[in-house]
Amino acid sequence: MFGYYLDLALRSLRRNKMLTALMVLAIALGIGASMTTLTVLHVLSGDPLPGRSGSLYYAQIDPQDIKGMDSSKEPPEQVTLIDGLNLLHAGRADHQALMTGGSVPVQPEQSSLDPFYVEARYTSADFFGMFDAPFLYGQGWTAAEGEAKVREVVIAKSLNDKLFDGANSVGRTLRMAGTSFRIVGVLDSWQPNPHFYDLNSGSYAYGEEVFLPLQTMLELRLDRGGSTDCWGNGGGGVGNILPSNDCVWLQFWAQLDSPAKAAAYQEFLVHYSLDQKALGRFQRVPNVRLRNVMQWLDYNKVVPSDVRLQNGLAFGFLLVCLVNTVGLMLAKFMRRAAELGVRRALGASRRALFAQLLIESGVVGLVGGVGGLLLAMFGLWLVRQRPSDYAALAHLDLSMLFVTFVLAVLATLLAGLLPAWRACQIAPALQLKSN
Amino acid sequence: MEIRPILSSLSRHKITAWLVIIEIALTCAIVCNAVFLISQRVDRMNMVSGIAEHELVEIQLANLGVRPDAKARTQEDLAALRKIPGVTQVSLANQMPFSDSETNNSIKLDPTQKLPSLSAALYWGENLAQTFGTQLVVGRNLREDDYRDLDAVNKAAAGGDPNDKALPRVLVITQAVADKLWPGKNPLGRFIYFGKTPETVVGVVAHLVRPASFSQGAEFSLLVPIRPVVGDGSSYLIRTAPQERQRVLKAALAALKALDPRRVVIEKRTWDDVRSEFFQNDRAMTGLLVGVCVALLVVTALGIVGLGSFWVAQRRRTIGVRRALGATRGNILHYFQTENFLLATIGIVIGMVLAYAINLFLMLHYELPRLPVIYFPVGAVLLWSIGQLAVLGPALRAAAVPPVVATRSV
Repeated sequence: MFGYYLDLALRSLRRNKMLTALMVLAIALGIGASMTTLTVLHVLSGDPLPGRSGSLYYAQIDPQDIKGMDSSKEPPEQVTLIDGLNLLHAGRADHQALMTGGSVPVQPEQSSLDPFYVEARYTSADFFGMFDAPFLYGQGWTAAEGEAKVREVVIAKSLNDKLFDGANSVGRTLRMAGTSFRIVGVLDSWQPNPHFYDLNSGSYAYGEEVFLPLQTMLELRLDRGGSTDCWGNGGGGVGNILPSNDCVWLQFWAQLDSPAKAAAYQEFLVHYSLDQKALGRFQRVPNVRLRNVMQWLDYNKVVPSDVRLQNGLAFGFLLVCLVNTVGLMLAKFMRRAAELGVRRALGASRRALFAQLLIESGVVGLVGGVGGLLLAMFGLWLVRQRPSDYAALAHLDLSMLFVTFVLAVLATLLAGLLPAWRACQIAPALQLKSN
Repeated sequence: MEIRPILSSLSRHKITAWLVIIEIALTCAIVCNAVFLISQRVDRMNMVSGIAEHELVEIQLANLGVRPDAKARTQEDLAALRKIPGVTQVSLANQMPFSDSETNNSIKLDPTQKLPSLSAALYWGENLAQTFGTQLVVGRNLREDDYRDLDAVNKAAAGGDPNDKALPRVLVITQAVADKLWPGKNPLGRFIYFGKTPETVVGVVAHLVRPASFSQGAEFSLLVPIRPVVGDGSSYLIRTAPQERQRVLKAALAALKALDPRRVVIEKRTWDDVRSEFFQNDRAMTGLLVGVCVALLVVTALGIVGLGSFWVAQRRRTIGVRRALGATRGNILHYFQTENFLLATIGIVIGMVLAYAINLFLMLHYELPRLPVIYFPVGAVLLWSIGQLAVLGPALRAAAVPPVVATRSV
């Protein structure tokens, strides 16, 4: 029966090519636009570290002075150097890392290369293990080496390719900002998207090429980037003066392997705040937050609002296209009232007619879906030509491919329901009589 | 034109009529808001900077490592740049309008005040106002003897003595800051506090936009007398005649390279490029919105054509009868036009309510202002015209139906 209905549907669609083309075009445009924006949204709101992100927590405490205190407000988004070091040395989490970003000039040994700047991450030792950074060669530095301010560096694959043609460069020397560093590790391609561990330097398609111990950076006063927020008499942070302890400028991450440990760590942060208040450093009542990766991204509204707006717009467009298709489908089915009347008179049940008409709309949906897919690929290509930092990430994946087809066919079937139902209500006798 | 027969005919095709109405309403609502978003973006892209945009070029350099003689090198650089023929003004600026990173400071009118009065962007650099080409409204620009060196200022600020001679004591503000802090009063001679040090307002400029965070007061900017050194994100700004910019940029790069070939050039561009790069996302979004609007209107128009054709085909016989009974071609044409006008009007009314609702939602989530009232009549006229254009084809075909059809059976 299905084959017969399919044959009927194709014949009917061929009979009025203009109307069919109009319906397919409307569906394809609507699906193409919404799949393009949905794919971008899907890519941008993805989990940067699947499987691990649930046990990685971002710690916030409130060391600000009493002026303008509002306990309903969020604590600062970063930590001060002294608090960061205190939390790091307390070692109460399974692993923890204190970090900040910047950029350093690399002075290649090859005379053919001019000096150039690379993005740098200054961090304590646990960074690589916590964030699952894959090593191609060598490994990171140890916590003790980090504290000893060793001149050691881990470099990214891209920099290793550029300077050493991809060879194992562990043990070789890299000159940066007038200082010689020993390369101890080379990372394999690694770029979590979004750049969750520090959202100050750009959320997407951003990656560091060198990783240095934080203590080494503090001693050498290397250039910092990102944001610095101060209160009271806080200042500094310009030139080679470090920001004072009334400024937040570092990120602190803790790995806590169970919810119980996370709860205990939150307790610990409250106690730490109380201790600091007793010591006279903190003035406010404890105001702490402990968010895991996805909560932290959500809190920071990391998906650009433009992308959400575009998505809403595209689905509005799809809705108009669907209403349009319902109207056209209705027109098409009602025009065939006579034919349907004959089929009814010859014994076809309403259910059979309904099935036949739905198959017809399903065919339109399928063809529209293919068209929509092509349009979505074109749309994503257009997105990739755009200047936004996330542009390069816009690719269709298998799950989105599947969603496209399901959405297209479902949407058209839904659009076909009303017209098909209406067409089945036709009284066969009336149609036969008028002929 | 009688409306009653149209209504009674429509009431027999309720579903189709409502589909047209819904389509027009949705299109109207989305297009109104999209056009409003476009106008917002265009306003943003056309934001007044207050500086001589077509006369400026920017060069940003970075040193490799810490330079102990940075101050002397900066003066050397500036002298060399000034010597280039065609250059009228040169300055080293800590930051400039339309760049992503921003140096701000919250300011108070009284050091004991609990909450700051506002947060303003700080611009500094010797000869900066003259290079920017800001327009002085009242008072004076900053003078040579007002200026302090950045490192000395930092040291003094860290020292905590509010009367330290190394701290700057005067500043120039924008009209927007003056209006916000002292509405209707003369701002000259009044004090602004960064910390505990009072700074006297000596001049007011008409416009100077801040680097990026426009939502906190687009023109809340201050010019302070501090001399930066090259590096730390500061840029050389060179002012010259518009047609000389490319030549001057090349000559300036050569001059700077000759003084110290080991520096890294981070930016070298005209100020027109600065604006165009800064607003490239807005441009892309505007293009996208325009595309969606056009697509929506086309789809809606095609839908009206499709349904109109269907209706005409369905009523061929009725039309023939009317024609046979004496209706002119004009009567038939007007019938379909009026019918479309009625449907469009209902659609537009519903669409306006919907547009307002969407706008309220956007205001809540995207910091958008209220939809101006002018959008309602303009949107209505637009959709009426599109409806009329779309229905013209089918209506003309209806008018061409000969009366003889009435006598034939199908």
